Amino acid sequence: MSANSPSAVELKNVARRFVTPSGDVLSALEDFDLSIAPGEFCAVVGPTGCGKSTTLGLIAGLAQPQGGSVTLFDAPVTGVDRRVGFVFQQDAVFPWRDVLGNVMAGPLFRGVPRAKAEAEARDWIARVGLKGFEAHHPHQLSGGMRKRVALAQTFINKPQVLLMDEPFSALDVQTRELMQEELLQLWAQAGSAVLFVTHDLDEAILLADRVAVLTTRPARVKSVHTIDLPRPRNVATLRYDERFIAIARRISDDLREEVLRARAEH
Amino acid sequence: MAETATAAPALAAGTRQESLASRQRRRWRLIIALRLAVLIVTIGGWELGVRAGWLDPFFFGQPSGIVDKLIDWIQNGTAIGPLWKQVWVTIYEAGAGFLIGAVMGVLCGIVLGRNQLLADVFSIYIKIANSIPRVVLGSIFIVALGLGSPSKIALAVVMVFFVVFANAFQGVREADKNLIANARILGASNWQVTRAVVLPSALSWILASLHVSFGFALIGAIVGEFLGAREGMGLLIATAQGSFDSNGVFAAMIVIAVVALIAEWILMLIEDRLLTWRPEASHND
Repeated sequence: MSANSPSAVELKNVARRFVTPSGDVLSALEDFDLSIAPGEFCAVVGPTGCGKSTTLGLIAGLAQPQGGSVTLFDAPVTGVDRRVGFVFQQDAVFPWRDVLGNVMAGPLFRGVPRAKAEAEARDWIARVGLKGFEAHHPHQLSGGMRKRVALAQTFINKPQVLLMDEPFSALDVQTRELMQEELLQLWAQAGSAVLFVTHDLDEAILLADRVAVLTTRPARVKSVHTIDLPRPRNVATLRYDERFIAIARRISDDLREEVLRARAEH
Repeated sequence: MAETATAAPALAAGTRQESLASRQRRRWRLIIALRLAVLIVTIGGWELGVRAGWLDPFFFGQPSGIVDKLIDWIQNGTAIGPLWKQVWVTIYEAGAGFLIGAVMGVLCGIVLGRNQLLADVFSIYIKIANSIPRVVLGSIFIVALGLGSPSKIALAVVMVFFVVFANAFQGVREADKNLIANARILGASNWQVTRAVVLPSALSWILASLHVSFGFALIGAIVGEFLGAREGMGLLIATAQGSFDSNGVFAAMIVIAVVALIAEWILMLIEDRLLTWRPEASHND
Protein backbone atom coordinates (compact mmCIF):
# COMPACT_ATOMS: atom_id res chain seq x y z
CA MET A 1 0.00 0.00 0.00
CA SER A 2 2.00 2.96 -1.23
CA ALA A 3 1.02 6.33 0.11
CA ASN A 4 0.62 8.07 -3.25
CA SER A 5 -1.89 5.77 -4.95
CA PRO A 6 -5.39 5.76 -3.42
CA SER A 7 -6.84 2.61 -1.93
CA ALA A 8 -9.27 0.73 -4.14
CA VAL A 9 -11.56 0.32 -1.17
CA GLU A 10 -11.39 2.14 2.12
CA LEU A 11 -13.70 1.79 5.10
CA LYS A 12 -13.14 4.25 7.96
CA ASN A 13 -14.96 4.07 11.30
CA VAL A 14 -17.89 2.51 9.52
CA ALA A 15 -21.01 1.74 11.54
CA ARG A 16 -24.06 -0.09 10.29
CA ARG A 17 -27.05 -0.74 12.53
CA PHE A 18 -30.38 -2.44 11.96
CA VAL A 19 -33.67 -2.04 13.71
CA THR A 20 -35.00 -5.49 14.50
CA PRO A 21 -38.73 -6.26 14.15
CA SER A 22 -39.02 -6.10 17.95
CA GLY A 23 -37.69 -2.53 17.88
CA ASP A 24 -34.18 -3.17 19.21
CA VAL A 25 -31.21 -1.66 17.48
CA LEU A 26 -28.77 -4.27 16.32
CA SER A 27 -25.26 -3.18 15.54
CA ALA A 28 -23.69 -5.15 12.70
CA LEU A 29 -20.57 -3.06 12.23
CA GLU A 30 -18.98 -0.63 14.64
CA ASP A 31 -15.71 1.31 14.12
CA PHE A 32 -14.88 -0.81 11.13
CA ASP A 33 -11.59 0.04 9.38
CA LEU A 34 -10.24 -1.76 6.35
CA SER A 35 -8.45 -0.69 3.21
CA ILE A 36 -7.59 -2.64 0.11
CA ALA A 37 -4.95 -1.58 -2.43
CA PRO A 38 -5.65 -1.72 -6.17
CA GLY A 39 -5.07 -5.25 -7.42
CA GLU A 40 -4.82 -6.68 -3.92
CA PHE A 41 -6.59 -9.89 -2.91
CA CYS A 42 -7.94 -9.46 0.59
CA ALA A 43 -9.90 -12.14 2.40
CA VAL A 44 -12.15 -11.55 5.39
CA VAL A 45 -12.91 -14.33 7.85
CA GLY A 46 -15.05 -14.22 10.93
CA PRO A 47 -17.69 -16.03 12.94
CA THR A 48 -21.00 -16.77 11.23
CA GLY A 49 -23.38 -13.84 11.17
CA CYS A 50 -20.80 -11.30 12.27
CA GLY A 51 -21.53 -8.80 9.53
CA LYS A 52 -19.23 -9.91 6.73
CA SER A 53 -21.95 -9.71 4.09
CA THR A 54 -23.08 -6.36 5.45
CA THR A 55 -19.63 -4.96 4.70
CA LEU A 56 -19.85 -6.06 1.08
CA GLY A 57 -23.31 -4.53 0.71
CA LEU A 58 -21.93 -1.17 1.88
CA ILE A 59 -19.08 -1.23 -0.60
CA ALA A 60 -21.38 -2.31 -3.43
CA GLY A 61 -23.66 0.63 -2.69
CA LEU A 62 -26.63 -1.62 -1.92
CA ALA A 63 -26.84 -0.12 1.57
CA GLN A 64 -25.57 3.02 3.28
CA PRO A 65 -23.60 3.16 6.54
CA GLN A 66 -24.96 5.04 9.55
CA GLY A 67 -21.52 6.29 10.43
CA GLY A 68 -18.03 6.60 9.01
CA SER A 69 -17.07 6.62 5.35
CA VAL A 70 -16.84 4.09 2.55
CA THR A 71 -14.73 5.16 -0.40
CA LEU A 72 -13.72 3.66 -3.73
CA PHE A 73 -10.51 5.18 -5.11
CA ASP A 74 -10.96 8.12 -2.70
CA ALA A 75 -14.52 8.87 -3.86
CA PRO A 76 -17.37 8.19 -1.43
CA VAL A 77 -19.81 5.43 -2.41
CA THR A 78 -23.20 6.96 -3.14
CA GLY A 79 -24.88 4.11 -5.00
CA VAL A 80 -24.14 1.12 -7.15
CA ASP A 81 -20.77 1.77 -8.76
CA ARG A 82 -19.89 0.55 -12.23
CA ARG A 83 -16.38 -0.39 -11.22
CA VAL A 84 -17.65 -2.94 -8.73
CA GLY A 85 -18.42 -6.60 -9.42
CA PHE A 86 -20.19 -8.90 -6.99
CA VAL A 87 -20.31 -12.69 -6.80
CA PHE A 88 -23.06 -13.90 -4.49
CA GLN A 89 -23.16 -16.81 -2.10
CA GLN A 90 -26.39 -18.17 -3.51
CA ASP A 91 -27.12 -18.63 -7.17
CA ALA A 92 -27.81 -15.21 -8.56
CA VAL A 93 -27.72 -16.07 -12.25
CA PHE A 94 -31.01 -15.44 -14.01
CA PRO A 95 -32.80 -18.79 -14.28
CA TRP A 96 -34.88 -17.70 -17.30
CA ARG A 97 -31.86 -16.77 -19.40
CA ASP A 98 -29.49 -19.22 -21.02
CA VAL A 99 -25.77 -19.07 -20.32
CA LEU A 100 -25.10 -16.63 -23.16
CA GLY A 101 -27.95 -14.37 -22.05
CA ASN A 102 -26.66 -14.41 -18.49
CA VAL A 103 -23.09 -13.56 -19.36
CA MET A 104 -24.02 -10.77 -21.77
CA ALA A 105 -26.52 -9.26 -19.30
CA GLY A 106 -24.00 -6.83 -17.81
CA PRO A 107 -22.77 -5.29 -21.07
CA LEU A 108 -26.36 -5.05 -22.36
CA PHE A 109 -27.50 -3.31 -19.16
CA ARG A 110 -24.60 -0.89 -19.63
CA GLY A 111 -25.57 -0.07 -23.18
CA VAL A 112 -22.99 -2.07 -25.14
CA PRO A 113 -24.32 -2.91 -28.65
CA ARG A 114 -25.77 -6.40 -28.86
CA ALA A 115 -23.26 -7.84 -31.36
CA LYS A 116 -20.28 -6.64 -29.33
CA ALA A 117 -21.79 -7.84 -26.06
CA GLU A 118 -22.42 -11.25 -27.56
CA ALA A 119 -18.87 -11.57 -28.92
CA GLU A 120 -17.44 -10.64 -25.52
CA ALA A 121 -19.80 -13.02 -23.77
CA ARG A 122 -18.78 -15.92 -26.01
CA ASP A 123 -15.15 -15.15 -25.26
CA TRP A 124 -15.78 -15.18 -21.49
CA ILE A 125 -17.85 -18.34 -21.69
CA ALA A 126 -14.90 -20.04 -23.37
CA ARG A 127 -12.51 -18.66 -20.76
CA VAL A 128 -14.45 -20.17 -17.88
CA GLY A 129 -14.64 -23.48 -19.74
CA LEU A 130 -18.31 -23.48 -20.66
CA LYS A 131 -17.93 -23.51 -24.44
CA GLY A 132 -20.78 -25.56 -25.89
CA PHE A 133 -23.16 -24.70 -23.04
CA GLU A 134 -24.17 -21.28 -24.40
CA ALA A 135 -27.80 -22.31 -24.94
CA HIS A 136 -28.20 -24.18 -21.64
CA HIS A 137 -30.38 -22.79 -18.90
CA PRO A 138 -29.02 -22.64 -15.33
CA HIS A 139 -31.19 -25.51 -14.11
CA GLN A 140 -29.47 -27.76 -16.64
CA LEU A 141 -26.03 -27.00 -15.17
CA SER A 142 -24.26 -28.27 -12.07
CA GLY A 143 -23.58 -25.98 -9.13
CA GLY A 144 -19.96 -25.53 -10.20
CA MET A 145 -20.97 -24.64 -13.74
CA ARG A 146 -23.48 -22.09 -12.47
CA LYS A 147 -20.66 -20.53 -10.45
CA ARG A 148 -18.59 -20.32 -13.64
CA VAL A 149 -21.48 -18.51 -15.28
CA ALA A 150 -21.57 -16.12 -12.32
CA LEU A 151 -17.81 -15.52 -12.62
CA ALA A 152 -18.02 -14.86 -16.37
CA GLN A 153 -21.03 -12.61 -15.78
CA THR A 154 -19.02 -10.57 -13.29
CA PHE A 155 -15.62 -10.52 -14.99
CA ILE A 156 -17.07 -9.46 -18.36
CA ASN A 157 -17.75 -6.05 -16.78
CA LYS A 158 -14.01 -5.73 -15.98
CA PRO A 159 -14.54 -4.74 -12.35
CA GLN A 160 -11.74 -2.86 -10.63
CA VAL A 161 -13.15 -3.95 -7.32
CA LEU A 162 -14.46 -7.48 -7.00
CA LEU A 163 -16.59 -8.38 -4.00
CA MET A 164 -17.17 -12.05 -3.27
CA ASP A 165 -19.57 -13.27 -0.62
CA GLU A 166 -18.67 -16.86 0.28
CA PRO A 167 -19.01 -17.67 -3.42
CA PHE A 168 -17.89 -21.30 -3.21
CA SER A 169 -19.41 -22.31 0.11
CA ALA A 170 -22.25 -24.27 -1.51
CA LEU A 171 -19.92 -26.38 -3.68
CA ASP A 172 -18.48 -29.78 -2.88
CA VAL A 173 -14.83 -29.89 -1.86
CA GLN A 174 -13.41 -31.01 -5.24
CA THR A 175 -15.39 -28.47 -7.23
CA ARG A 176 -14.49 -25.77 -4.77
CA GLU A 177 -10.78 -26.44 -5.27
CA LEU A 178 -11.17 -26.20 -9.05
CA MET A 179 -13.10 -22.96 -8.74
CA GLN A 180 -10.49 -21.46 -6.42
CA GLU A 181 -7.81 -22.30 -8.96
CA GLU A 182 -9.94 -20.79 -11.71
CA LEU A 183 -10.59 -17.65 -9.71
CA LEU A 184 -6.88 -17.10 -9.09
CA GLN A 185 -6.20 -17.36 -12.82
CA LEU A 186 -8.99 -14.96 -13.75
CA TRP A 187 -7.87 -12.55 -11.06
CA ALA A 188 -4.23 -12.68 -12.21
CA GLN A 189 -5.36 -11.53 -15.66
CA ALA A 190 -7.93 -8.99 -14.53
CA GLY A 191 -5.89 -7.38 -11.75
CA SER A 192 -8.94 -6.32 -9.75
CA ALA A 193 -8.84 -5.56 -6.07
CA VAL A 194 -10.71 -8.43 -4.41
CA LEU A 195 -12.55 -8.53 -1.12
CA PHE A 196 -13.32 -12.18 -0.52
CA VAL A 197 -15.58 -13.02 2.39
CA THR A 198 -15.47 -16.59 3.67
CA HIS A 199 -15.85 -18.59 6.84
CA ASP A 200 -13.27 -21.07 5.58
CA LEU A 201 -9.85 -20.02 6.88
CA ASP A 202 -7.96 -22.40 4.56
CA GLU A 203 -9.68 -20.88 1.57
CA ALA A 204 -8.80 -17.39 2.76
CA ILE A 205 -5.12 -18.23 3.17
CA LEU A 206 -4.89 -20.12 -0.14
CA LEU A 207 -6.28 -17.23 -2.12
CA ALA A 208 -5.42 -13.97 -0.42
CA ASP A 209 -2.53 -11.55 -0.02
CA ARG A 210 -3.94 -10.46 3.31
CA VAL A 211 -6.46 -12.06 5.64
CA ALA A 212 -8.51 -9.90 7.98
CA VAL A 213 -10.08 -11.60 11.01
CA LEU A 214 -13.27 -10.01 12.25
CA THR A 215 -14.59 -9.94 15.79
CA THR A 216 -18.02 -11.19 16.71
CA ARG A 217 -20.91 -8.75 16.39
CA PRO A 218 -20.58 -5.80 16.24
CA ALA A 219 -17.83 -6.60 13.79
CA ARG A 220 -14.47 -4.87 13.86
CA VAL A 221 -11.25 -5.89 12.23
CA LYS A 222 -9.52 -7.84 14.98
CA SER A 223 -6.26 -8.50 13.16
CA VAL A 224 -4.81 -8.45 9.66
CA HIS A 225 -2.35 -11.12 8.55
CA THR A 226 -0.13 -10.82 5.50
CA ILE A 227 0.10 -14.07 3.58
CA ASP A 228 3.55 -14.12 1.98
CA LEU A 229 3.10 -17.35 0.07
CA PRO A 230 4.55 -17.02 -3.44
CA ARG A 231 2.31 -16.79 -6.51
CA PRO A 232 1.20 -18.43 -8.72
CA ARG A 233 -0.19 -20.75 -6.05
CA ASN A 234 -1.25 -24.31 -6.55
CA VAL A 235 -4.42 -24.65 -4.53
CA ALA A 236 -4.34 -28.45 -4.55
CA THR A 237 -0.87 -28.85 -3.04
CA LEU A 238 -0.34 -25.62 -1.13
CA ARG A 239 -2.52 -26.68 1.79
CA TYR A 240 0.06 -29.35 2.69
CA ASP A 241 2.94 -26.87 2.55
CA GLU A 242 4.62 -26.20 5.92
CA ARG A 243 4.46 -22.45 5.50
CA PHE A 244 0.74 -22.69 4.85
CA ILE A 245 0.25 -24.77 7.96
CA ALA A 246 2.24 -22.34 10.08
CA ILE A 247 0.14 -19.40 8.88
CA ALA A 248 -3.10 -21.31 9.33
CA ARG A 249 -2.16 -22.21 12.91
CA ARG A 250 -1.35 -18.61 13.74
CA ILE A 251 -4.59 -17.20 12.35
CA SER A 252 -6.85 -19.97 13.51
CA ASP A 253 -6.05 -19.28 17.17
CA ASP A 254 -7.15 -15.75 16.55
CA LEU A 255 -10.32 -16.84 14.81
CA ARG A 256 -11.28 -19.54 17.28
CA GLU A 257 -11.34 -17.00 20.08
CA GLU A 258 -14.01 -15.05 18.24
CA VAL A 259 -16.00 -18.09 17.19
CA LEU A 260 -16.12 -19.25 20.80
CA ARG A 261 -17.14 -15.82 21.97
CA ALA A 262 -19.88 -15.69 19.31
CA ARG A 263 -21.16 -19.06 20.48
CA ALA A 264 -21.17 -17.96 24.12
CA GLU A 265 -23.30 -14.96 23.26
CA HIS A 266 -26.00 -16.87 21.38
CA MET B 1 -39.18 -62.06 -9.56
CA ALA B 2 -36.89 -62.42 -6.55
CA GLU B 3 -35.77 -65.85 -7.73
CA THR B 4 -34.73 -64.65 -11.17
CA ALA B 5 -32.85 -61.78 -9.60
CA THR B 6 -30.59 -64.15 -7.67
CA ALA B 7 -30.18 -66.48 -10.65
CA ALA B 8 -29.14 -63.95 -13.30
CA PRO B 9 -28.73 -60.42 -11.98
CA ALA B 10 -28.04 -58.72 -15.33
CA LEU B 11 -30.98 -60.33 -17.05
CA ALA B 12 -33.19 -59.77 -14.06
CA ALA B 13 -32.38 -56.06 -14.03
CA GLY B 14 -33.40 -55.88 -17.68
CA THR B 15 -36.70 -57.65 -17.16
CA ARG B 16 -37.41 -55.70 -14.04
CA GLN B 17 -37.04 -52.45 -15.97
CA GLU B 18 -39.28 -53.76 -18.69
CA SER B 19 -41.86 -54.90 -16.21
CA LEU B 20 -41.78 -51.47 -14.56
CA ALA B 21 -42.64 -49.85 -17.88
CA SER B 22 -45.34 -52.35 -18.66
CA ARG B 23 -46.71 -52.11 -15.14
CA GLN B 24 -46.96 -48.35 -15.57
CA ARG B 25 -48.76 -48.84 -18.88
CA ARG B 26 -51.12 -51.32 -17.30
CA ARG B 27 -51.85 -48.94 -14.45
CA TRP B 28 -52.61 -46.15 -16.93
CA ARG B 29 -55.02 -48.41 -18.82
CA LEU B 30 -56.72 -49.30 -15.55
CA ILE B 31 -57.14 -45.62 -14.68
CA ILE B 32 -58.74 -44.87 -18.03
CA ALA B 33 -61.06 -47.84 -17.68
CA LEU B 34 -62.07 -46.73 -14.18
CA ARG B 35 -62.64 -43.17 -15.36
CA LEU B 36 -64.94 -44.45 -18.11
CA ALA B 37 -66.71 -46.67 -15.59
CA VAL B 38 -67.38 -43.67 -13.30
CA LEU B 39 -68.78 -41.73 -16.26
CA ILE B 40 -70.99 -44.59 -17.43
CA VAL B 41 -72.28 -45.37 -13.95
CA THR B 42 -73.12 -41.72 -13.25
CA ILE B 43 -74.80 -40.93 -16.57
CA GLY B 44 -76.32 -44.40 -16.88
CA GLY B 45 -77.64 -44.27 -13.31
CA TRP B 46 -79.15 -40.87 -14.00
CA GLU B 47 -80.81 -42.08 -17.19
CA LEU B 48 -82.02 -45.28 -15.54
CA GLY B 49 -83.28 -43.39 -12.51
CA VAL B 50 -85.39 -41.21 -14.76
CA ARG B 51 -86.71 -44.15 -16.78
CA ALA B 52 -87.52 -46.11 -13.64
CA GLY B 53 -89.43 -43.13 -12.30
CA TRP B 54 -87.16 -42.40 -9.28
CA LEU B 55 -86.04 -39.03 -10.64
CA ASP B 56 -88.42 -36.49 -12.09
CA PRO B 57 -87.03 -35.36 -15.47
CA PHE B 58 -88.94 -32.11 -15.06
CA PHE B 59 -86.55 -31.07 -12.30
CA PHE B 60 -83.44 -33.07 -13.01
CA GLY B 61 -83.42 -33.48 -16.78
CA GLN B 62 -82.41 -36.64 -18.53
CA PRO B 63 -79.11 -37.42 -20.30
CA SER B 64 -80.75 -38.58 -23.51
CA GLY B 65 -82.95 -35.51 -23.43
CA ILE B 66 -79.88 -33.28 -22.99
CA VAL B 67 -78.20 -34.91 -25.99
CA ASP B 68 -81.41 -34.46 -28.03
CA LYS B 69 -81.51 -30.84 -26.95
CA LEU B 70 -77.90 -30.26 -28.04
CA ILE B 71 -78.53 -31.90 -31.41
CA ASP B 72 -81.68 -29.82 -31.81
CA TRP B 73 -79.81 -26.62 -30.99
CA ILE B 74 -77.03 -27.45 -33.41
CA GLN B 75 -79.42 -28.39 -36.23
CA ASN B 76 -82.29 -25.96 -35.74
CA GLY B 77 -80.83 -23.23 -33.56
CA THR B 78 -82.01 -22.17 -30.10
CA ALA B 79 -85.07 -20.19 -29.07
CA ILE B 80 -82.99 -16.99 -29.17
CA GLY B 81 -81.05 -17.65 -32.38
CA PRO B 82 -78.34 -19.97 -33.72
CA LEU B 83 -76.24 -21.74 -31.07
CA TRP B 84 -72.86 -20.73 -32.48
CA LYS B 85 -73.93 -17.09 -32.23
CA GLN B 86 -74.69 -17.43 -28.51
CA VAL B 87 -71.42 -19.24 -27.89
CA TRP B 88 -69.48 -16.66 -29.84
CA VAL B 89 -71.06 -13.73 -28.00
CA THR B 90 -70.16 -15.25 -24.64
CA ILE B 91 -66.62 -16.12 -25.74
CA TYR B 92 -66.18 -12.60 -27.09
CA GLU B 93 -67.39 -10.98 -23.87
CA ALA B 94 -65.39 -13.29 -21.61
CA GLY B 95 -62.29 -13.04 -23.83
CA ALA B 96 -62.38 -9.25 -24.07
CA GLY B 97 -63.01 -8.92 -20.33
CA PHE B 98 -60.22 -11.39 -19.63
CA LEU B 99 -57.68 -9.55 -21.79
CA ILE B 100 -58.52 -6.10 -20.44
CA GLY B 101 -58.68 -7.29 -16.85
CA ALA B 102 -55.47 -9.29 -17.10
CA VAL B 103 -53.48 -6.44 -18.69
CA MET B 104 -54.78 -3.95 -16.13
CA GLY B 105 -54.10 -6.39 -13.30
CA VAL B 106 -50.54 -7.08 -14.43
CA LEU B 107 -49.75 -3.38 -14.94
CA CYS B 108 -51.19 -2.31 -11.58
CA GLY B 109 -49.57 -5.27 -9.83
CA ILE B 110 -46.14 -4.37 -11.18
CA VAL B 111 -46.45 -0.64 -10.51
CA LEU B 112 -47.64 -1.15 -6.95
CA GLY B 113 -45.28 -4.05 -6.37
CA ARG B 114 -42.29 -1.91 -7.35
CA ASN B 115 -43.39 1.25 -5.55
CA GLN B 116 -43.74 1.01 -1.79
CA LEU B 117 -45.45 4.40 -1.39
CA LEU B 118 -48.16 3.66 -3.97
CA ALA B 119 -48.62 0.20 -2.46
CA ASP B 120 -49.10 1.66 1.03
CA VAL B 121 -51.57 4.28 -0.21
CA PHE B 122 -53.70 2.04 -2.41
CA SER B 123 -53.58 -1.27 -0.55
CA ILE B 124 -56.48 -0.32 1.71
CA TYR B 125 -58.72 0.67 -1.19
CA ILE B 126 -57.92 -2.49 -3.06
CA LYS B 127 -58.77 -4.52 0.02
CA ILE B 128 -62.11 -2.74 0.28
CA ALA B 129 -62.88 -3.12 -3.42
CA ASN B 130 -61.92 -6.76 -3.26
CA SER B 131 -64.34 -7.41 -0.41
CA ILE B 132 -67.34 -6.20 -2.43
CA PRO B 133 -69.22 -9.13 -3.94
CA ARG B 134 -68.36 -8.17 -7.48
CA VAL B 135 -71.24 -9.97 -9.16
CA VAL B 136 -73.52 -7.30 -7.70
CA LEU B 137 -71.69 -4.75 -9.81
CA GLY B 138 -73.27 -6.50 -12.81
CA SER B 139 -76.56 -4.75 -12.07
CA ILE B 140 -74.85 -1.36 -12.05
CA PHE B 141 -73.01 -2.11 -15.27
CA ILE B 142 -76.23 -3.11 -17.01
CA VAL B 143 -77.94 0.08 -15.86
CA ALA B 144 -74.94 2.16 -16.91
CA LEU B 145 -73.80 0.39 -20.06
CA GLY B 146 -77.00 -1.18 -21.36
CA LEU B 147 -78.00 -4.66 -22.44
CA GLY B 148 -75.20 -5.08 -25.02
CA SER B 149 -71.73 -6.57 -24.68
CA PRO B 150 -70.00 -3.67 -22.85
CA SER B 151 -71.78 -4.32 -19.55
CA LYS B 152 -70.77 -8.00 -19.65
CA ILE B 153 -67.20 -7.17 -20.57
CA ALA B 154 -67.06 -4.71 -17.69
CA LEU B 155 -68.25 -7.37 -15.26
CA ALA B 156 -65.72 -9.87 -16.61
CA VAL B 157 -62.95 -7.23 -16.27
CA VAL B 158 -63.83 -6.64 -12.63
CA MET B 159 -63.91 -10.38 -11.95
CA VAL B 160 -60.50 -10.93 -13.57
CA PHE B 161 -58.67 -7.80 -12.43
CA PHE B 162 -58.39 -8.53 -8.72
CA VAL B 163 -57.19 -12.09 -9.12
CA VAL B 164 -54.50 -11.15 -11.62
CA PHE B 165 -53.56 -8.01 -9.71
CA ALA B 166 -53.12 -9.85 -6.43
CA ASN B 167 -50.92 -12.47 -8.08
CA ALA B 168 -48.83 -10.02 -10.08
CA PHE B 169 -48.31 -7.91 -6.95
CA GLN B 170 -47.29 -10.92 -4.91
CA GLY B 171 -45.07 -12.20 -7.71
CA VAL B 172 -43.25 -8.87 -7.89
CA ARG B 173 -42.82 -8.83 -4.12
CA GLU B 174 -41.46 -12.36 -4.10
CA ALA B 175 -38.81 -11.63 -6.75
CA ASP B 176 -35.48 -12.89 -5.44
CA LYS B 177 -33.61 -10.06 -3.68
CA ASN B 178 -30.28 -11.56 -4.74
CA LEU B 179 -31.25 -11.53 -8.40
CA ILE B 180 -32.33 -7.90 -8.13
CA ALA B 181 -29.08 -6.97 -6.37
CA ASN B 182 -27.10 -8.87 -8.98
CA ALA B 183 -28.86 -7.08 -11.84
CA ARG B 184 -28.28 -3.69 -10.21
CA ILE B 185 -24.58 -4.36 -9.74
CA LEU B 186 -24.29 -5.64 -13.31
CA GLY B 187 -25.49 -2.18 -14.31
CA ALA B 188 -29.27 -2.44 -14.70
CA SER B 189 -31.41 0.68 -14.33
CA ASN B 190 -34.67 0.49 -12.40
CA TRP B 191 -36.61 -0.15 -15.57
CA GLN B 192 -34.12 -2.81 -16.66
CA VAL B 193 -34.43 -4.52 -13.27
CA THR B 194 -38.20 -4.55 -13.70
CA ARG B 195 -38.01 -5.95 -17.20
CA ALA B 196 -35.14 -8.39 -16.81
CA VAL B 197 -35.72 -9.69 -13.30
CA VAL B 198 -39.03 -8.72 -11.73
CA LEU B 199 -41.27 -9.45 -14.68
CA PRO B 200 -39.84 -12.89 -15.51
CA SER B 201 -39.93 -13.99 -11.89
CA ALA B 202 -43.51 -12.75 -11.46
CA LEU B 203 -44.50 -14.50 -14.68
CA SER B 204 -45.20 -17.89 -13.15
CA TRP B 205 -47.44 -16.23 -10.55
CA ILE B 206 -49.24 -14.25 -13.22
CA LEU B 207 -49.74 -17.25 -15.47
CA ALA B 208 -51.09 -19.28 -12.57
CA SER B 209 -53.68 -16.57 -11.95
CA LEU B 210 -54.66 -16.50 -15.63
CA HIS B 211 -55.80 -20.12 -15.40
CA VAL B 212 -58.24 -19.29 -12.63
CA SER B 213 -59.28 -15.97 -13.99
CA PHE B 214 -60.47 -17.12 -17.39
CA GLY B 215 -63.07 -19.12 -15.47
CA PHE B 216 -63.99 -15.91 -13.62
CA ALA B 217 -64.28 -14.01 -16.90
CA LEU B 218 -66.67 -16.66 -18.16
CA ILE B 219 -68.71 -16.40 -14.97
CA GLY B 220 -68.76 -12.59 -15.31
CA ALA B 221 -69.99 -12.77 -18.89
CA ILE B 222 -72.66 -15.38 -18.16
CA VAL B 223 -73.93 -13.71 -15.00
CA GLY B 224 -74.07 -10.43 -16.90
CA GLU B 225 -76.13 -12.08 -19.62
CA PHE B 226 -78.28 -13.66 -16.97
CA LEU B 227 -79.04 -10.26 -15.47
CA GLY B 228 -80.11 -8.80 -18.79
CA ALA B 229 -79.01 -9.37 -22.36
CA ARG B 230 -80.19 -9.89 -25.90
CA GLU B 231 -77.97 -12.86 -26.70
CA GLY B 232 -75.38 -15.17 -25.20
CA MET B 233 -75.15 -18.41 -23.24
CA GLY B 234 -76.36 -16.74 -20.06
CA LEU B 235 -79.52 -15.62 -21.78
CA LEU B 236 -79.93 -19.10 -23.23
CA ILE B 237 -79.82 -20.54 -19.71
CA ALA B 238 -82.20 -17.88 -18.42
CA THR B 239 -84.61 -18.64 -21.28
CA ALA B 240 -84.45 -22.38 -20.60
CA GLN B 241 -85.03 -21.69 -16.92
CA GLY B 242 -88.01 -19.51 -17.77
CA SER B 243 -89.65 -22.32 -19.71
CA PHE B 244 -88.82 -24.96 -17.05
CA ASP B 245 -86.55 -26.73 -19.54
CA SER B 246 -83.94 -28.39 -17.30
CA ASN B 247 -82.47 -30.29 -20.25
CA GLY B 248 -81.77 -26.92 -21.88
CA VAL B 249 -79.96 -25.66 -18.76
CA PHE B 250 -77.78 -28.76 -18.66
CA ALA B 251 -77.10 -28.60 -22.39
CA ALA B 252 -75.96 -24.98 -22.07
CA MET B 253 -73.78 -25.99 -19.14
CA ILE B 254 -72.05 -28.61 -21.26
CA VAL B 255 -71.39 -26.13 -24.05
CA ILE B 256 -69.85 -23.69 -21.53
CA ALA B 257 -67.74 -26.44 -20.00
CA VAL B 258 -66.33 -27.28 -23.45
CA VAL B 259 -65.45 -23.61 -23.99
CA ALA B 260 -63.74 -23.43 -20.60
CA LEU B 261 -61.73 -26.60 -21.23
CA ILE B 262 -60.54 -25.36 -24.62
CA ALA B 263 -59.50 -22.04 -23.10
CA GLU B 264 -57.64 -23.86 -20.34
CA TRP B 265 -55.79 -25.93 -22.91
CA ILE B 266 -54.78 -22.85 -24.91
CA LEU B 267 -53.53 -21.15 -21.73
CA MET B 268 -51.46 -24.22 -20.91
CA LEU B 269 -49.83 -24.10 -24.34
CA ILE B 270 -48.98 -20.42 -23.83
CA GLU B 271 -47.60 -21.15 -20.37
CA ASP B 272 -45.38 -23.94 -21.66
CA ARG B 273 -44.07 -21.62 -24.36
CA LEU B 274 -43.31 -18.81 -21.92
CA LEU B 275 -41.75 -20.90 -19.17
CA THR B 276 -39.40 -23.08 -21.19
CA TRP B 277 -36.53 -22.12 -18.88
CA ARG B 278 -38.09 -23.94 -15.96
CA PRO B 279 -36.93 -27.42 -15.08
CA GLU B 280 -39.41 -30.02 -16.30
CA ALA B 281 -41.58 -29.71 -13.24
CA SER B 282 -44.88 -31.05 -12.04
CA HIS B 283 -46.95 -31.89 -15.06
CA ASN B 284 -49.54 -34.15 -13.58
CA ASP B 285 -51.89 -34.52 -16.52
